[in-house]
Amino acid sequence: MKILVCVKQVPDMESRFRISAAGTWYETTDLAWRMNEYDEFAVEQAVQIKEQLGGDTEITVLSVGPDRVKEAMKKALAMGADRGVHIQDAANHEKDSFEIASIIAEYASGQNFGLILTGMQSQDRGSAQVGVLLAGMLKLPAVTTIVGFSLENGTATVRRELEGGMKAVVKVPLPALFTCQLGLNTPRYPTLPNIMKAKKKELATLAVADLLKVEALSVTEKMALPEKKGSGLILEGEIGELADRVIGILKEKTAVFK
Amino acid sequence: MKALLVGEYREGKLLGSTYETVAFAEKLGAKAMMFAIGNPDDPPHFDGKLYLADAAQYGEYNPEAHLALLQEVLRKEQPDLVVLCHSSYGWDLAPRLALALTVAQISEVIDVQDGLYIVPACNSKLRRKVKPNSNLAVVTLQSGAFGLTGEPSGTPNIEMIEISVESRTEFAGYEVAEKGEVDLSRAEVIVSAGRGIGRPENVEIIAGLARALHGELGASRPVVDSGWVEHSRQVGTTGQTVAPKLYVACGISGAIQHLAGMKKSGFVVAINKDKDAPIGEVADVLVVADVLQFAPALAAKAASLAH
Repeated sequence: MKILVCVKQVPDMESRFRISAAGTWYETTDLAWRMNEYDEFAVEQAVQIKEQLGGDTEITVLSVGPDRVKEAMKKALAMGADRGVHIQDAANHEKDSFEIASIIAEYASGQNFGLILTGMQSQDRGSAQVGVLLAGMLKLPAVTTIVGFSLENGTATVRRELEGGMKAVVKVPLPALFTCQLGLNTPRYPTLPNIMKAKKKELATLAVADLLKVEALSVTEKMALPEKKGSGLILEGEIGELADRVIGILKEKTAVFK
Repeated sequence: MKALLVGEYREGKLLGSTYETVAFAEKLGAKAMMFAIGNPDDPPHFDGKLYLADAAQYGEYNPEAHLALLQEVLRKEQPDLVVLCHSSYGWDLAPRLALALTVAQISEVIDVQDGLYIVPACNSKLRRKVKPNSNLAVVTLQSGAFGLTGEPSGTPNIEMIEISVESRTEFAGYEVAEKGEVDLSRAEVIVSAGRGIGRPENVEIIAGLARALHGELGASRPVVDSGWVEHSRQVGTTGQTVAPKLYVACGISGAIQHLAGMKKSGFVVAINKDKDAPIGEVADVLVVADVLQFAPALAAKAASLAH
């Protein structure tokens, strides 16, 4: 079986974000980049399925973005993906989910992927659309937000995470697409030998212009910092003094010490 | 403007979040009608047309059937907007509809200003202002971003809808979380550990502060997913929704799904190294410090006070 895993490279969310000069995205210089957290679960699941099925199972990891996204792809290769397809696009952040999904669908159509895994959303844009749109474009069934996956006789049984600790159990025959939620598995850390091995794996680059055949359905007009509510008190200083001040506040504002 | 609202049902009951779509339509001054796959015996309080399909027939999770039913309604009505909750139901169905109609979908809307939809980005550290390029747009609303000012009221004019549809997904039922060791919804004080505590051994430091404040230990999702704290202590939309008198967030950045689970707390103290962490939006006091140093210091001082 051929498995496709779509990954995105995103900034570390602990970063201090600034607005870009164009005002429609965040400034991308001086950021630490990593694989989108949700996608790590997708890669791990693909590798576990390959371990289960063995044989001629092949995992392709795909990413759309500028050259730096190859770092995230190399991590996926070191985790156990077999080959990479980098869709070179310096302006991927200007594209909406529909365009990104169309680009991937254009690449994937006719390649007979039996299983496609994506993160349930990206940490930066957070639209949670690309996976579902891609499945629709490829006419595959899709189930979102999975926290459990098992495969038997060509049918996947997955657990969808719902609100309040509930899950829905869903059965889907492959080929199908699933979007992965945190907690689906425990993503492995690439070992040094596997990092070395990954360097030898195929990592092909395709030009986005050859794959983009649609126009955006929405556009980011503006990116902005949130309006500060300013109601909260911010305390900084020496630890002991901070603790005294918080005790004082709790005595005044709450009944904890009564 | 005409808005088609999509209601949600679970285990035969209307979900209260459905009214957030009603509040959104009211805010926009849109003429609203509703669609849901649910229970005819538990309709929403809503004055307007309700297109209802029986969940007993189609299943509460059956995306292909739900999409086909929704498209059936769109053949009868020509709304300018289709509104869903940004929930496990909404984010699953909305992109399917947007693709079927080739229209824009805008996810997790928190506000509308000057015709632009405002959505969070980068763990809510940024706001993206989005314009649809299509006449019709499908939007999902962030949980809790829109609320009715009063109690929901009204009686819908129900039209049952039916279609025949083949489905490739089979909904095999629900799994309910096992009862855990604690019911946080009753706790008056909760001290929660987040990813910022760094290592599982440090959970004990946060539990120590919880004891000193006579409260219960809570946790954010990554801490529970990592197996450092058991699931019944998870605060957030996929865990417990809590409203203690005092909530202390230790090393919790404040992901939307966590904030939605604790923002009704009486008083919120957040301890975080990152001054810009979104938890600051709901904190009454944000202590900018290393939680591993500050929590023991606060616990020692609290323990020395007579309760």
